[in-house]
Amino acid sequence: MIGLSHYLILSAILFSIGLVGVLRRKNLLMLFFATEIMLNAANIAFAAISNHYNDLTGQMFAFFIVAVAASEVAVGLGLLIVLYKKYGTLDLDHFAVMKG
Amino acid sequence: MISFAFYFFAVLITLLFLVTVMSKNVLYAMTSLAAGMVLISGLFFMLGADFLGAVQLIVYVGAVMALYSFAMMFLDVSRDIKEKNGSSLTVFLLGGAIAVLLVIIFSAPILGAGAQALHPAAVGATNPQAVGLVLFTKYLIPFEVAAVMLLVAMISGIILAGKQMDESLSMIEQDEIIDETKEDEQ
Repeated sequence: MIGLSHYLILSAILFSIGLVGVLRRKNLLMLFFATEIMLNAANIAFAAISNHYNDLTGQMFAFFIVAVAASEVAVGLGLLIVLYKKYGTLDLDHFAVMKG
Repeated sequence: MISFAFYFFAVLITLLFLVTVMSKNVLYAMTSLAAGMVLISGLFFMLGADFLGAVQLIVYVGAVMALYSFAMMFLDVSRDIKEKNGSSLTVFLLGGAIAVLLVIIFSAPILGAGAQALHPAAVGATNPQAVGLVLFTKYLIPFEVAAVMLLVAMISGIILAGKQMDESLSMIEQDEIIDETKEDEQ
């Protein structure tokens, strides 16, 4: 039988995949994809807990996460296009101006 | 049957998201991300969150991925991405450790005390009805704030992406457009 813990473990696995992507990728667009994975993992956990407690609060938070993700993508892609027009690349190493 | 569906979805989502994180090609990464999001909506339907599943399909797969593919028109996606990656093992260990830590942190209050339902689902209502009842009573102000946030995001997206939009193509004469395209071709 599939319980709450199954969904939470799946959510943790997906979250760690997204985290590895954020740490590993150097391309800005790929970083956005990894962020979307992490947000989706959080959504799965919210929906599972909402189902487990028969409480709609979790689903509400999932809706707001979806709204936040949509606005994040709108602003982020605007900035990404500006960066690409200015530098001609999306490599994060290229944007590093502080030599430390 | 439910357990088969869960494992089917879980394995496929994990594999698709791994492709997203590991792939060198932006097009492969985006396609696998979109497919994974479609399958995640299947998980939501299994959990009884029908409305959330529909929102996932419409907003994520429909709007967000369409926005990504729209943004990819500006970028050169045909060539593979060259990335200078550091130590992979460190990143994997760090990512896994942080994720496990987060799970422990967030599950500690649940394990500690028996949580009670704050807003129990209305009896006899379907999921979209119950969601509407809670969303437009308890969460009305966050809902409105989210609407304002989306408006702000839309305006900022227009301003950031649409530089040089002050010269409208519909306002200038047809001959000038043809002249400009000829100049561009030269």
